[in-house]
Amino acid sequence: MNDPAETRNFWLLVAFGGLVTLIGLGAAHYMEVHGHIVTGMTNQVVWGLPHVFAIFMIVAASGVLNVASIGSVFGQKAYKPRAPLSGLLCLALLAGGLMVLMLDLGRPERVIVAATYYNFKSVFAWNVFLYSGMGAIVAVYLWTMFERRLNAYSKPAGIAALVWRFVLTTGTGSIFGFLVARQAYQSALLAPLFIVLSFGWGLAVFLLTQSTMYAWNGRRLPEDVQRRMARLLGVFIAASLYLVAVYHLTNLYFARQGAFESFILLGRGGGTLYALLFWGGYVLVGSVLPMLLLFHPKAGRQGDMLRAAALVIAGAFAWLFVFIIGGQAFPLEIFPGHEVSSSFGDGAVEAYVPSWPEFLLGVGGVGAAFVLTTVGVRALDFMPQDDLPAAASAQESA
Amino acid sequence: MRETRLLRLLAGLTLAACLSPATAGDGRTPRPAIDKARAGTQCVAEPAVMRREHPQMLKHQRDDTVHGGIRGAKASLKACIDCHASPTSGSVAQTDKDFCASCHAYAAVRIDCFECHSTKPQRVAVKP
Amino acid sequence: MSAPVPPTDEERRASGEPVAATTRRRWLGAAAAAGASGLALAPGVRLIESARAAAPQGAAGAGANPKVRWGLLIDTTKCASGCTDCVDACNAENGLDPRPTPTSAQWMRKVEIKEIKTGRKSSVPMLCQHCAEPPCVDVCPTGASFKRVDGIVLVDRHICIGCRYCMMACPYKARSFVHETLTEQKPDVPRGKGCVESCTLCVHRIDQGQTTTACQDACTRAGHGAIVFGDLNDPQSEIAQRVRQAASVQLRADLKIDPGVRYQGL
Repeated sequence: MNDPAETRNFWLLVAFGGLVTLIGLGAAHYMEVHGHIVTGMTNQVVWGLPHVFAIFMIVAASGVLNVASIGSVFGQKAYKPRAPLSGLLCLALLAGGLMVLMLDLGRPERVIVAATYYNFKSVFAWNVFLYSGMGAIVAVYLWTMFERRLNAYSKPAGIAALVWRFVLTTGTGSIFGFLVARQAYQSALLAPLFIVLSFGWGLAVFLLTQSTMYAWNGRRLPEDVQRRMARLLGVFIAASLYLVAVYHLTNLYFARQGAFESFILLGRGGGTLYALLFWGGYVLVGSVLPMLLLFHPKAGRQGDMLRAAALVIAGAFAWLFVFIIGGQAFPLEIFPGHEVSSSFGDGAVEAYVPSWPEFLLGVGGVGAAFVLTTVGVRALDFMPQDDLPAAASAQESA
Repeated sequence: MRETRLLRLLAGLTLAACLSPATAGDGRTPRPAIDKARAGTQCVAEPAVMRREHPQMLKHQRDDTVHGGIRGAKASLKACIDCHASPTSGSVAQTDKDFCASCHAYAAVRIDCFECHSTKPQRVAVKP
Repeated sequence: MSAPVPPTDEERRASGEPVAATTRRRWLGAAAAAGASGLALAPGVRLIESARAAAPQGAAGAGANPKVRWGLLIDTTKCASGCTDCVDACNAENGLDPRPTPTSAQWMRKVEIKEIKTGRKSSVPMLCQHCAEPPCVDVCPTGASFKRVDGIVLVDRHICIGCRYCMMACPYKARSFVHETLTEQKPDVPRGKGCVESCTLCVHRIDQGQTTTACQDACTRAGHGAIVFGDLNDPQSEIAQRVRQAASVQLRADLKIDPGVRYQGL
């Protein structure tokens, strides 16, 4: 643990992550001082790249806790030793995502106002409690896992964490699902869609982190555990693809959604970028290729699983970009059946171009999550211990 | 042993922090020099009361005005500015000699009212 | 890693050092630190005390009337394509930058529409519709976006955090976000960077007893007479009589949010 080379590597990693985070904070400061005019956001596309990063991290934070739930709540022994790491990743991703979200506010110095004035009809107001409560519950959950005397309570804590994150991710999906006026969003399907997406994205992040830790410590992931987790990731990708397909199919069935769907899926009317990102980014790179890597009989090595996880994350960003920004770029339909034009961009597709401050802020959030994970892993024993007796592993494979 | 030294250091610093404002009168920060309010106007309350209560008064009034639609009340910010705008700069917060800015610069309490609110009274603004 | 550990009382006794003196010294030090910290905190506590004790000063004026529902009636048959009298008046009244850009605040705008099937054209003034069930009010996390008792939907910029969720929720793209630092605001219309804003139905004029909005004034003065502002709840008001006599529509009526702005000629 106190090997000088390891210590030096640790500090190098923290310095690198810290630098990335600091640059992100600097970008946020620049945006705060000059206003959002320095970003690519406008009165049409009001949520830009920072929201893509933030929502990915928050959804992944919820999903990464799945690994712990499968262990603590559903009793799968192979997942139990992985629960603490999944809890740490949940906290780190949540912190990173919330940091980006709060710094992108028009008035970030008023976060205290957000914590003291509440409109409980708003999902955002509920989210203030849901996200902070998630942090508290996961902290308690980690405590029950680390403190031997409290181990008996880790199952109830795990159940509480499971229920809470379902409510939280429903809330995140409902942020969009409750927007009645937007053709991209007004759908009850978005809540379960976000839950299933969280499973895949969270597991992908977990697999990458876990394998990095194993490599760092000169250990190998046991074959059967690796195969199980790889298969699970494949199942989650398939389920996500299914729900995304249902969402688009339903939209396509409604005549009134026709123009929007051809904008997103076929790139008509200025949506080329979104169509490319959807089919090429999410469907091909983010779903089909990973499933091939995970399910093909010739594939199945650990390298394939990690490549699949990385592709899933890339596909996630592509999907979120199409969903969040494509959904805003398409004009609101105030006068159905009419062609419209105005000085405010009515009827026109907005050409959103992400700016450097937005990108750096988003990456800064990832940096913060990285620093938190690195420090946490160094401070406490999050390394999954796979010393399972042979009899037990024979039992569960039966 | 070490802890007592530390405790003593902490106690000393805190004491010094408490005592320092008393010596700042003739120091670097100039005392507020406030112009008299516009002639023919009436004080809302005693200066000592205003100094103490104006944050609470303004905060309460802003809710009355924005949510209740009540304008022209005693604690109306526009009314403050109308009376207290400096005759030289025409404003309450443009220079450090102006009404709001001088005390707030002295007390080092940053306010964000004037990020949105105009610092100049109505009549000056519509002057041709 | 090898900082000197202070000797325990046992060790002190063993080495012959008086235990009571060091313990007393430590106790005195802690008390002094606590006392000094208390002194430092005390002035702040007194200020908080006196702030809470202050009774709010009396308020003047009647304020918003819950019996009233302010609304607008716009007759688009009297709107010429290319005429922006209402928009210009709104910009002048509220101190808005008149140059339209994707980031400029446009509380009111003219939308040129053409029905695809028939080719019929119209020019429509577009602004906040002051809905009775505003989606923007539902989604605001702090309650900064709110509906006043007299039906005017406003943004309380004191508690707006600039999250732009209301802009996502509005079906009419009525809201604007202030993207840069502002100076030279109108004293009656405070507005600033980082907050969201929209048409206020000239609430600063209405509260001070005036009965017209700037857009209505400009349109009437120019002789078009397309805009009527008034109390929808008062059966005798001009607007109430007009909507009773001639057909008018609400935009996106399918959403059932009951806008207070009605249109004729669409």
